[in-house]
Amino acid sequence: MSPSRLEHPFGQLIDRDTPVTFEFEGETVQGYAGDNVASALIGEGRWLMSRSFKYHRPRGPLSLAGHDANTLIQTPTAANRLAEDLMAKDQGTLSGQNYLGSLKFDYYSLLDRLGRFLPVGFYYRAFFKPRGMWRFWENVIRNAAGLGVANLEATPRYTDKQYLFCDVAVIGAGPAGLNAALTAATGGAEVLLVDEQELLGGALTYHRFTLEDDSRAQTLKALSNAVANHDKIRVLTGATCNAWFSDHYLPVFQGDRLYKVRAKTCVLATGSSEQPVVFRNNDLPGIVLCSGLERLMMHHGVCPEGPAVILAGNDDAYLTAITAAEAGLSIAGVVDLRSEPDDLALPAALSELGITLYQSATVYEAHSDKSGAQLGAVTIYPIESEGKVGVTPTHLECRLLAMSAGFMPAYQLACHGGAKLAYHDDKSEFTLTELPEGMHLAGSVNSTHDLKAVCADGRNAGRGALRALALETDNDETVQCERHVNHPWPIFKHPKGREFVDFDEDLQIKDIINSARLGYRDIQLVKRYSTVGMGPSQGRHSALTTARLIADATERTVTETGVTTARPPVKPESLGVLAGRRFHPIKKTPMDQRHLALGAHMIPAGSWRRPAFYGALDHRAANIAAEAHAVRNGVGMIDVSTLGGIELRGPDAAEFMNRIYTYGFLKQPVGKTRYAALANEQGVIIDDGVAARLAEDHFYVTATTTGVDRVYSEMLRWNAQWRLDLDIAQVTSAYSAVNVAGPFSRDVLEQAGCNIELSSESFPYLACREGMVAGIPARLMRVGFVGELGFELHVPSLMAQTLWDKLMVAGEPFNIKPFGVETQRLLRLEKGHIIIGQDTDGMSHPGEVGLAWAINRKKAFFVGRRSVDILMSQPLKRQLVGFTLSPSAPKPEEGHLVLRDGDIVGTVTSCEYSPTLAKVIGLAYVHPDDAQPDSEVTIRTADGVCVQAPIATLPFYDPGNARQQL
Amino acid sequence: MPLGLLKYGRGSDYPFERQPDLPGPRELKKHYDVVIIGGGGHGVATAYYLAKYHGITNVAVLEKAYLGGGNTARNTAVIRSNYLTPEGVRFYSASVKLYENLANEFDFNIMYSQRGQLTLAHTDATVRAFRQRAEVNKHFGGRTEMIDRQSIAELVPCLNLDPAQLPVLAGLWHQDGATARHDAVAWGYARGATQRGVELHQLTEVTGIESAAGQVTGVVTNRGKIACGTVIQAVAGHSAVMSQKAGFPLPIVAYPLQAMVTLPVKPFLNPLVSSSALHCYVQQTSRGEIVIGGGSDPYPLYNSRASLPLKESLIASAVDMFPFLSEMRLLRQWAGITDMTADYSPIMGLSPLKNYYLDAGWGTWGFKATPICGKTMAELVASGGEVPTLIQPFTLERFDHFQQVNEMGATAASH
Repeated sequence: MSPSRLEHPFGQLIDRDTPVTFEFEGETVQGYAGDNVASALIGEGRWLMSRSFKYHRPRGPLSLAGHDANTLIQTPTAANRLAEDLMAKDQGTLSGQNYLGSLKFDYYSLLDRLGRFLPVGFYYRAFFKPRGMWRFWENVIRNAAGLGVANLEATPRYTDKQYLFCDVAVIGAGPAGLNAALTAATGGAEVLLVDEQELLGGALTYHRFTLEDDSRAQTLKALSNAVANHDKIRVLTGATCNAWFSDHYLPVFQGDRLYKVRAKTCVLATGSSEQPVVFRNNDLPGIVLCSGLERLMMHHGVCPEGPAVILAGNDDAYLTAITAAEAGLSIAGVVDLRSEPDDLALPAALSELGITLYQSATVYEAHSDKSGAQLGAVTIYPIESEGKVGVTPTHLECRLLAMSAGFMPAYQLACHGGAKLAYHDDKSEFTLTELPEGMHLAGSVNSTHDLKAVCADGRNAGRGALRALALETDNDETVQCERHVNHPWPIFKHPKGREFVDFDEDLQIKDIINSARLGYRDIQLVKRYSTVGMGPSQGRHSALTTARLIADATERTVTETGVTTARPPVKPESLGVLAGRRFHPIKKTPMDQRHLALGAHMIPAGSWRRPAFYGALDHRAANIAAEAHAVRNGVGMIDVSTLGGIELRGPDAAEFMNRIYTYGFLKQPVGKTRYAALANEQGVIIDDGVAARLAEDHFYVTATTTGVDRVYSEMLRWNAQWRLDLDIAQVTSAYSAVNVAGPFSRDVLEQAGCNIELSSESFPYLACREGMVAGIPARLMRVGFVGELGFELHVPSLMAQTLWDKLMVAGEPFNIKPFGVETQRLLRLEKGHIIIGQDTDGMSHPGEVGLAWAINRKKAFFVGRRSVDILMSQPLKRQLVGFTLSPSAPKPEEGHLVLRDGDIVGTVTSCEYSPTLAKVIGLAYVHPDDAQPDSEVTIRTADGVCVQAPIATLPFYDPGNARQQL
Repeated sequence: MPLGLLKYGRGSDYPFERQPDLPGPRELKKHYDVVIIGGGGHGVATAYYLAKYHGITNVAVLEKAYLGGGNTARNTAVIRSNYLTPEGVRFYSASVKLYENLANEFDFNIMYSQRGQLTLAHTDATVRAFRQRAEVNKHFGGRTEMIDRQSIAELVPCLNLDPAQLPVLAGLWHQDGATARHDAVAWGYARGATQRGVELHQLTEVTGIESAAGQVTGVVTNRGKIACGTVIQAVAGHSAVMSQKAGFPLPIVAYPLQAMVTLPVKPFLNPLVSSSALHCYVQQTSRGEIVIGGGSDPYPLYNSRASLPLKESLIASAVDMFPFLSEMRLLRQWAGITDMTADYSPIMGLSPLKNYYLDAGWGTWGFKATPICGKTMAELVASGGEVPTLIQPFTLERFDHFQQVNEMGATAASH
């Protein structure tokens, strides 16, 4: 049978023709499409939804707006979902969370009985004696804390993001927001209107503003129609603006989408949070805010089981009582904290409905029913003075209590922007001041509560936005609101405690006061010591009470006391939506498919991937040895397309080169290459490459794969200062390159067809040429990184794969073998060449790493010159040298330490077994006194085994450099 | 239940001790032997050790806002010593040692929790750097080692070992890595210091520093002038601003650093996990919240406002590492202001003014250094300017002489 609901106009959100079901705690729950999980559960009379954080007390909804932590439940995929945020129609199996046993019978609720042993901050006072005990207790506490259980198997869903731009962002589509949006749009602004609810209208959709309630429906209809039909207003409902970031940058979450809104100005019509009355057991399921009860009835047509007690700190609660009574809810009484309401017609209206009114009285204690998990009765006492009650109790049986102690502006977004809260004693209300430029407030967030005033305030905010946009508008209306909605002291301390100030963190009155008495007087320290406001609702329902209590305890004003800083987000937000779609691009060289076909073992190199070597990982050493053998004795080819490429062109190109790099480039002949090392201003070598001078005004420079972006941006940065006449272009992806190396490399090129004379006489070592190879236009450089006769061919990327194929064919007679980057690293190590970033670190200056020769100290300037001069004039603290070891010795690994008299003096930066030399060779930083070839250094290898390594003269291979010059 | 809690259940009133944890406000005196500018962890730790070991108690700690409200409250409470340089490792190891016994020393639980810290290497360059760090750590008695993928999977089964096309190659497993309740560290020091006679003045902002003949004579505050014998500035985040008041610049640039937490869930993650390539670290607090932090904002700023772009990229990286986090909810986001030095090491010790000492340049490594920093700064003050060996490498003068202590590689992403 489908649950019964109130008739129209109640239940605006539900579709009575579409019943839906889901499971909660193993039981089937029925509701209607349009219900959320909380409304469906209450529709069936179930109030118990969660267990509290510290004492595991039973909890049910407070706000029915997803603004409190009492409705956090567990779904199959996620923990900590608010029942109000989950649509009943979409759910399968749900359960409560944070219990041991079941939601109804939670063994951890023993903690509630032990509560007096667990005062505020109890964990600072114990659990650490004797030393080491915390390790044990921490686990106990961790298991009891936490809320839901994360599903570790969950995978990211599809989510997306969109940028939106508007003139005015209006946050909140209540009466103020609707008016602001209309005024701004009519004045010519593009408006984005955002609201958490699915319905436009905010409080107009559920709250009765006056006893007569004559104009509300009309106002709502007129406003929402006008907004919906206005072509300059875009509406996002069911959407939460979760933060205000500088320059009106607003993240708006709607389902699985994040809108990133750039607004020129914004209107906050975010409303206010109704505040609970603080009395003993005010957290029992069945105790709600008046607005919560109104939402249940008006939005979902749910009339909870009575009888109900209404606890009023203002006139609004009377109106809730009247609406509820008219809907058929039995009202056991209205308890007014004040001596009389502002509107003296209200008591008469109550008595007409047969409702008993208790004035100058409060609910002092709530009692549970037999289940222990639902309100069963309340005790009412007369109020004698602020927070003090008299002696004559009245006992009322009830299943429901709706309360309103007043309102706190929904201050979060304004405070993200730096606004401050000031407390007004005459109205017992916090108001926002010091708004950032371009932010306007309207409605109850602006402390305006009367419907007429709220609407006018909204129009004024719209006008303010128009003025900020320099658009024309008429004069502001006068906004008058004399209503008092806040009770000054709705706080009733009970000798037995359990009067909850903060429901999220289970904090009672004494916890807050004791924090101050312990010396944590500043509101921020109160927060940190007691954890007040740190829970999921971020102090929405506790900040006002805390400020009042602390002001009282520390004899300061409430304004001086203040509230803690509001931090984004306003409402807990999905990490999956924040992360968005994952995009991990990877760069492949034109030869990538060839490498894969050849069985290459690919490794990442910056954002590229490239072959480490060819063949199986299991045979790494053998594969590398075979490739090295081919290069040393025949011919090999490596794809070096990932090398950075930069073109420098213009009359000042040589001058620029001369300033940016350490070596001299002014006199570099056309057709020659030079080693180019780059220092930073601290004199540290940060990158290197080869500079080819292709023409008087044209250099082509390579940079390291991972360093080129930095080199390029440094070049642009420097030339923004120098303003030399040249163009600098990064051409890394435009050019691809291969290096053909080995004694037969010249033969391979000739076989492939080359229109450049390749002989050593006309194309000597370190020369560069432009020409055609295998019918492809190429830049050729004779470089010697691996220490053999070799040619580096740079060609347009579109033709690189063809070049690769043609060279492989041409190389067939010479048994050409492709080799990978790990083989290249071995070969260069044999040759004693350093790799910047591997053999250097963030402190390496040229003198330490044997690059003094690459520094031109005669020229007037280069980047880092001053530092290099200073560093190189100081005695060396360490020096990079080569060492060798017999293959039978324990092999040091890169990163192992060099020790001297037990102290660390350096580290091994490169170390490999060289098949060519049949020994282990490496580079290491050593003490300068040990840097000579007849010295030995101590290297501590794996498991602390030390080896003595003799220092070797570099290069290890072909010391006469004959082979690369063939 | 521990017996220590029994006294709280005996009566209906909280059993307050003779003194509260923190004394209430009081008048400023005209003169103090030592004025410490900055009531963060470092400031109160220095005061504590001055009083405890050196009997120097005519000390005022001046805090412009509230105790421990700056970076002490904003850091993500990582304690570790797995740095790269011998100077760094020696220093931070000494800090870890002090941390281990701090709760018992204070009789106040700072919730020091040695859960270990795992840093992931995704490139062979990082593997080399990590090996070096492990070796340097072991050299100084730290428990740090390289572990392979298999061991990482056993240590953190829910970790994605192939995030973002960057397969994890190895990990640096630092068993000494720990976390603690950062506020409690400041409170414990402040409690111990004030019980020994030190004065803590909150809401007391230093607006000027008066000096004559290369020596500080007093400080000007919003509550009046104070004469003093020695001044220590411990205002990380605003170090360069304060030093300007003293009349000299510091080679420090301030960057905001963002951090965030999720709603609490039951424990699933024991160690602190960070990725060198994704610039992201993830840990679970004893409350059950997941703390996520990482790279600094890309521009210098003296503002602790939260920002969206960094949140998006950090969360994306966290979800790459732990895909199921996508179903969790973010609760709060905040920022601190980090003093960045060129070499990612602090600036401690003497300044151009004779009796004005520096405790600055704390970037993202300030919290973990709190105890040892307080201890050595107290020694510096008590000795009248003799710089303890442990902090000599961190002198301001190193920038004049190119004697930097480069910790760049060991601080990125791990904090």
